[in-house]
Amino acid sequence: MLYKKPQIQYYPYIVQRDDYKCVRCLGCVEQCSYDATFYDEELDVIWNKHEACVGCKRCEAMCPTDAIKIVPNPSRPIEHASWKWDLVMDAYLQANTGGIIITGIGNDKPYRIYFDHLVIDACQVTNPSIDPLREPMELRTFLGKKGEKIELTESESGKIALKTRLAPQLELETPIMFSAMSYGSINLNFQESMARAAVELGTYWNTGEGGLHKKLYPYAGRGIVQVASGRFGVSRDYLKAAAAVEIKIGQGAKPGIGGHLPGEKVNAEIAETRMIPPGSDAISPAPHHDIYSIEDLKQLVYAIKEATRYEKPVFVKIAAVHNVAAIASGIARAGADVIVVDGFRGGTGATPKSVRDHVGIPIEVAIAAVDRRLRQEGIRNEVSIVATGGIRSSADVIKIIALGADAAYIATVAMLAIGCTLCQTCNTGRCAWGITTNDPRLARRQNPDIASEQLYNLVRGWSHEMKEMLGAMGINSIESLKGNRLRLRSIGLTEKENEILGVLPAGE
Amino acid sequence: MKKVIIIEDYCIACYNCEVACVATHSRSQDPVKSYKREGLRGKTNAVVEVESPLAFSSMCRHCKHPWCMDACISGAIQRLDNGIVYLDEERCVGCWGCVVGCPYGAAHPNLAGKDKHAFKCDLCIKRLDAGLNPACVEACPNNALLYDETIEEREEVHK
Repeated sequence: MLYKKPQIQYYPYIVQRDDYKCVRCLGCVEQCSYDATFYDEELDVIWNKHEACVGCKRCEAMCPTDAIKIVPNPSRPIEHASWKWDLVMDAYLQANTGGIIITGIGNDKPYRIYFDHLVIDACQVTNPSIDPLREPMELRTFLGKKGEKIELTESESGKIALKTRLAPQLELETPIMFSAMSYGSINLNFQESMARAAVELGTYWNTGEGGLHKKLYPYAGRGIVQVASGRFGVSRDYLKAAAAVEIKIGQGAKPGIGGHLPGEKVNAEIAETRMIPPGSDAISPAPHHDIYSIEDLKQLVYAIKEATRYEKPVFVKIAAVHNVAAIASGIARAGADVIVVDGFRGGTGATPKSVRDHVGIPIEVAIAAVDRRLRQEGIRNEVSIVATGGIRSSADVIKIIALGADAAYIATVAMLAIGCTLCQTCNTGRCAWGITTNDPRLARRQNPDIASEQLYNLVRGWSHEMKEMLGAMGINSIESLKGNRLRLRSIGLTEKENEILGVLPAGE
Repeated sequence: MKKVIIIEDYCIACYNCEVACVATHSRSQDPVKSYKREGLRGKTNAVVEVESPLAFSSMCRHCKHPWCMDACISGAIQRLDNGIVYLDEERCVGCWGCVVGCPYGAAHPNLAGKDKHAFKCDLCIKRLDAGLNPACVEACPNNALLYDETIEEREEVHK
């Protein structure tokens, strides 16, 4: 039918097809999960319904003759400085639907990215740089409580033993972990890929709040399990199998908002893993209904510690918000071993667009504030800090560690490594790349053998780059960089921003 | 003997194996020319079967005791020394005995061109001689096709 509602005419993408190159193999028709491509047998032509195209570029990537290009529609609503086209489109959409606009991935608004205003120091003449190919370079780091001091005992035979009982630690071969993405929001193949890559890399992966699928128990030794407000999949075996337990209070993409996996996505396996009836909505309320204060959080932290016989570190994950430093201080005092701070560029499977784009603060500022506050209070050794939500490259990891983090979680970039094109339609459950979907037709598009190798390659490449950067700074261990703000200089930031980040302007 | 092994769990029905097969068995070695100039559309030995969500690319299994060879009245189908079941299109008289006889549906009648003959997978014999994998295996983006010995054969070797 030709007639469309007027406002649907302004679609964001056009599928350009070079008809001479197209051999009608019909791969694109099969690959498109958004019903934007179909074949007309009568005319022997492949048509596109441009208004259905989300710009995921799956057809473009899969076309064997390079006949397809997905391009932004040049005809867009007339925009000006105040009314950008996406705001106009959102207004049209809501006028037609009357609902909340749900979206995926992370904040895409042009807020200042502090990473891009920070530069890294290097050695020249007065102190030697280090060549990581010829000299040892240490990326290994430990997450967990570090004691005030270590006491040793000496036996009569002269044997020296450790008297102090160390708190449980996680040993990371590289300070990069795979962040929490739940089974349900992503598919099992991707989760298995992350698990396999983490085992291979000597780092950790995170189950997210969707429980631990029985197939992934062999990898649980390198897994961090989450306890969220919905308590999905939390059982004795779940806590016992993991390397660490993470209490999820908030998420950077949607601070103060709960999680919701629609019932139609809850198939039998997800239901079994989450321990809920099949087809029922999996709702994680925004607050934990037993946590209204730091004291309440302390009870949950110690309940988990009791349940795991004090053998595993307990993480607490919060979103980066205005008061993050004070909240982190409270969490440290509540007995947590590790604080995870999730910045407002962090991704998600589904969140109201208004929340994703306007709630929270950048991770760079949050980590700097948390690190400074804990140092001022003299309890920085009590907790490790993990940064997540907006880490895009190895340089970002180096900068965030210099700003005070112990390690970083990555998630969006892990999806990029296996093909994600940031089309921001994770919430539909029709991800054509087979990442954020459990539709059996689409989930098979991620082969764990390939995906785990790509994830491994990404982190390995980043690790090598980090070694190079550390060598340039004349530092031979990532531990020596933690909170070492003197290694950073800022360009184009205000005095106040420099003060908050704790860095000097370039040239000073 | 190494064959193309189909891992149906990871076939994503992208049809790249079909296009690669057609292009490899064409004069031009080019997908666009082979489909559009040489009229080879549909003359693919790898056929993607889709029964959503299941999909797989079916092709000749190069049987030890090929039924298609038994059914062939002109001797066009021979089992070569290396185990490849080869159909010589020049000798084929188009009786479709192999088409009917193959339990896998891997022998196809070529009805498009002037000369009516059957065709089937030759395991990319020329590519193998050049030390390359079969074209469909190379083209598969999701490792759903592997060129390897079958599990049964490997077990037989180890007995």
